[in-house]
Amino acid sequence: MASRASALWQWIDARMPTLGQEYRKHLSEYYAPKNFNFWYYFGSLALLVLVIQIVSGIFLTMNYKPDAALAFGSVEYIMRDVPGGWIIRYIHSTGASAFFIVVYLHMFRGLLYGSHRAPRELVWIFGMLIYLSLMGEAFFGYLLPWGQMSYWGAQVIVNLFNSIPFVGPDLALWIRGDYVVSDATLNRFFAFHVIALPLVLLALVAVHLLALHDVGSNNPDGVEIKKKKGPDGHPIDGIPFHPYYTVKDIVGVVVFLAIFAYVMFFVPNGGGYFLEANNFVPANPLQTPAEIAPVWYFTPYYTILRAVPPMFDSQFPGVMAMGAAVLIFFFLPWLDRSPVKSIRYRGPLFKGALAIFVVSFVVLGYLGTVPTNAWGQFGPWLGNAQRATVVGRIFGTLYFLFFLLMPWYTSRDKTRPVPERVTH
Amino acid sequence: MNIMHRLLAAPLLAPLAALMISGTSLAAEEGYRLDRAPIDPHDLVSLQAGARTFANYCLSCHSAEYMRYNRLEDLGLTREEIEDNLMFASDKIGGPMTVAMTQADGKAWFGVAPPDLSVIARYRGADWLYTYLRTFYRDPKATSGWNNAVFPNVAMPNVLWTLQGQRALEVVDSEVGGQETVRYKWSQLSPGRQNQVEYDTTVRDLVNYLVYMSEPAAVERKRIGIVVLFVLGVLFIFAYLLKKEYWKDVK
Repeated sequence: MASRASALWQWIDARMPTLGQEYRKHLSEYYAPKNFNFWYYFGSLALLVLVIQIVSGIFLTMNYKPDAALAFGSVEYIMRDVPGGWIIRYIHSTGASAFFIVVYLHMFRGLLYGSHRAPRELVWIFGMLIYLSLMGEAFFGYLLPWGQMSYWGAQVIVNLFNSIPFVGPDLALWIRGDYVVSDATLNRFFAFHVIALPLVLLALVAVHLLALHDVGSNNPDGVEIKKKKGPDGHPIDGIPFHPYYTVKDIVGVVVFLAIFAYVMFFVPNGGGYFLEANNFVPANPLQTPAEIAPVWYFTPYYTILRAVPPMFDSQFPGVMAMGAAVLIFFFLPWLDRSPVKSIRYRGPLFKGALAIFVVSFVVLGYLGTVPTNAWGQFGPWLGNAQRATVVGRIFGTLYFLFFLLMPWYTSRDKTRPVPERVTH
Repeated sequence: MNIMHRLLAAPLLAPLAALMISGTSLAAEEGYRLDRAPIDPHDLVSLQAGARTFANYCLSCHSAEYMRYNRLEDLGLTREEIEDNLMFASDKIGGPMTVAMTQADGKAWFGVAPPDLSVIARYRGADWLYTYLRTFYRDPKATSGWNNAVFPNVAMPNVLWTLQGQRALEVVDSEVGGQETVRYKWSQLSPGRQNQVEYDTTVRDLVNYLVYMSEPAAVERKRIGIVVLFVLGVLFIFAYLLKKEYWKDVK
């Protein structure tokens, strides 16, 4: 059998050597640092979730109807009458939130170990483009169940474009294809969600990986393993991705799938964060819900949007702040001036700043899920300002200061010497 | 992982853990405190009783258009039992639970069209429904003559009043130590066919059914989930051993 298989492989290799070359380049002879830790699971997990979403999504489109009169009912049809339909739907709805959890942890890993630093700036930028596309993908997809939150969430987000000076109203109209979110909007969002953005995502993921494999992976020590090569020309501290990291990632995949399965089989609503209660009411353009909140993965930015007061009768400054909060990540490679990459060798300034940033992100995220009056008001000494809004402003400011002060505190930080080779 | 790593990881993972533990579907609106609904999705007797109450009292105005009659076989009922006890002659066993009343009729008669109840329990939550259906009171100012403690000025009258009887509600505002507290004083105006315990059971069964109907696959979902987690647990052992075997030569 073995000789048969190798004969087949030789037959293919003689006709298409690219296949073997690429396999070696990206898997069996891609040398990855041997000291990857827990945080390095999330890259392969993000790829896994992408595949899960694409496959479950394909099956959902077989019964979903992108029609304002039928959409809500077709989702319930999938949940009840399609054999196994509820499993597919819960895989997809759980996968949406899982995607963001995994991607946020993956980005955080980058911050921890300086994966955005030279020579990996392009890897970081392509990663950020993936994140932006993912936000679009999630936004378009969230309209499809056609519940009240789907509808009014889309209405609110599209209306943000209204506030752009001069072109705003025309732009919002152009996006919706109607004066309100309607059947036309649902149809185009469906098209974006099931084909346009998935294509963009797949292309960007490919480029992200190609860019990574050209420069090689970073590691928890922030040491460039390519600087120390053995007599065979391979990095001394590197091991072939396959089989070492494939078998290691399988362990991560199984643990991840167990958590994933726990959520989708036992708490598919995710405590009301993954599937929102309000979205079990069919969309009603004539009835605005009392409280409109985006899904949890957008809430840090939503809090920043709400924290900025309208100026000159326009919401535009808030929209700008929200956009800046997302786009500022792109500049990270150039804002970080530390002589070391990894948090292991950084000083207290960066560690403190990163801790404050993480707390800010979580607090902003929480505040975006509750109404602005959730914590009541301050007394007259603060002009009866809403507590949640004030707290949102404080943490929103800290969020931006993490980036804006980074050149200052990273260059001034007391760093420790980086070892010649990785610690393992 | 050193301590700094753990400190950084904690705030990231904490909210995740929090929402895994909680399972509430909708935060209670301010006001009347909700009672916990003592429902049990495995109690077929309760679910059948709830289905009967639903068909007799709710299904004349409210539809459940995503629920098919024959799905009730889930609850241990036979086709004949469903056809004889729960359906109107014009309905088909494989058809959805629709009502003759149109949306326009509903709007004209009640001021608002009665909502479809297929997934109402996923919107309101069991506790809300359980409390709501037990807190109707007589209100001469309301159009229907009825009002509700959980859903003030609700358009729906108390359709279960022949069972519960008529009740009155007196809301007492009082200040205790600077804290404003509201007390609700209930009184029975006329008795119904059921006493309070019996009525609570009727509503419990009905809510149990509504929760079932909002996700008929829920019980099966958990059953499959246990199998899936078990399989992944076994797979983990093999995956871990495989990793260990490969990595033993990584120095």
